Amino acid sequence: MPHFAKPAEGSWTEHYPQLGTGPVSYEDSISPEHYELERRAIFARTWLNVGRVEQLPRVGSYFTKEIDAARTSIVVVRSADDQVRAYYNMCRHRGNKLVWQDYPGEETNGTCRQFTCKYHGWRYSLEGDLTFVQQESEFFDLDKDDYGLAPVRVETWEGFIFVNLDATDTTPLREYLGELGRGLEGYPFDKMTQVYKYRAEVGSNWKLFIDAFTEFYHAPVLHAKQAVSAESQKLQGFGYEALAYKIDGPHGMVSSWGGMSPPKDLDMVKPIERVLHSGLFGPWERAIEIDLPPAVNPARHRAWGIDSFLFFPNFMVLIWAPNWYLTYHYWPTSYNTHIFEGTCYFVPPRNARERLQQELAAVTFKEYSLQDGNTLEATQSMLESRAVNEFPLGDQEIMLRLLHHTAREYVADYQRGAPTPVAIRS
Amino acid sequence: MSTLAADFADLEPFSEWCLEFERERYAKRLSSTMPELQAFYDAAFPRLEAAMEYLDQYQLDALPDDAKHLLWLCYSLVNVSFPAEVWRQPYVPDSGAARINVIVEPAV
Repeated sequence: MPHFAKPAEGSWTEHYPQLGTGPVSYEDSISPEHYELERRAIFARTWLNVGRVEQLPRVGSYFTKEIDAARTSIVVVRSADDQVRAYYNMCRHRGNKLVWQDYPGEETNGTCRQFTCKYHGWRYSLEGDLTFVQQESEFFDLDKDDYGLAPVRVETWEGFIFVNLDATDTTPLREYLGELGRGLEGYPFDKMTQVYKYRAEVGSNWKLFIDAFTEFYHAPVLHAKQAVSAESQKLQGFGYEALAYKIDGPHGMVSSWGGMSPPKDLDMVKPIERVLHSGLFGPWERAIEIDLPPAVNPARHRAWGIDSFLFFPNFMVLIWAPNWYLTYHYWPTSYNTHIFEGTCYFVPPRNARERLQQELAAVTFKEYSLQDGNTLEATQSMLESRAVNEFPLGDQEIMLRLLHHTAREYVADYQRGAPTPVAIRS
Repeated sequence: MSTLAADFADLEPFSEWCLEFERERYAKRLSSTMPELQAFYDAAFPRLEAAMEYLDQYQLDALPDDAKHLLWLCYSLVNVSFPAEVWRQPYVPDSGAARINVIVEPAV
């Protein structure tokens, strides 16, 4: 007997018939050939979130982003005219990486008045114009106007900076993000500037970690030891059911209940949580009051705890009921490795007590992520054995169907020579 | 010279836990034995409420050194609470090969 209502079709999955209900192959997560296609079909031609405007607080602030799946690096900068601009991170002279520190593969950030190539000293303005050529008279009919930095399409949405490496794709970012994106507009992301950012190198395909974070079916089992034993037993007996799922083109969300913030029974949480009034779900007392935008808690359920939005391909936004949020990014580095980034965003604390509440939430996030990350490597290694090739997915795993279905559709469209899809509609 | 204010002299034997960065705190947790973690937890946990009351007399961005050290020690207590309260071991169970590192953390 379900605890929460499902669509009239009887299940969330059948409400979205394009996804099917049969077993699913993860060949797309273990095939080097499929990954090579995904690089071109997905990462070279969709909108990718690379950061937030708070990372560019003043004119000349910049950061670099390595996009290994697209075999490139970009530099994002606030230019003198107060625009967010992005360029391929490459000197037009002989192609050296333009902005980097000691190690070419490591990302960097800072503030500068111009970009200077460390190889031969060519300089570029923040607007990307070539402004200085060392020993210019030695060159042949060189017109500096022809050698500005190669631009990358960049747009911002709610303070999130996205780039699109496909110069032919004219889909505006807001249109790409669709109904779910519009439904998040107005959430006070700009007020949550206290940041903890984590990075992990994970030995699995990028989609397998998204799989792990778009279903909570695993939570009562894998994370059983995170809760005190009575709470853990109760959760395992209950299992997991979402309040709602929404799918919009390639994007989707899962809306979940959560009773830990504050808990009904203090004996159900760890002693440190009782003192600090915080835990996995964040500080129990809300730092600010928020009128939730329409995409958040779509069931308008009073037991609501967290919503997880997946914006295809690799960007997740998690809105927690106690009014803070998380982002996840998954940056592929090969068919069976990727870099995971998890970032916690809080309203800046007003005192040490609030600071410690946030510290506990952030540390708890890390403890959970370590367990999730470790499971993935075990999954990848056995999938690669190909001993079994198809796997059943339950109704609480509908987001996994969506992700693998969408990735395969993007690859198929690319192979057919179809133009960049605005969004794959059913 | 003491690291902590006189009100918290009882925690002075654990001043090696006054660590500014999460990476240092987590590394110390992993390199400690369970009895060492338990001793720190048993001493510091009952003082957490008093520590917050003491710290909250200051602005967070204007903490004197002894208060800053106390706050760092509280961060360590948060980190060590997992081994002491649930794991019964320094590292997260079922996390053997996984690594995740903080690359941005708050300045205070």
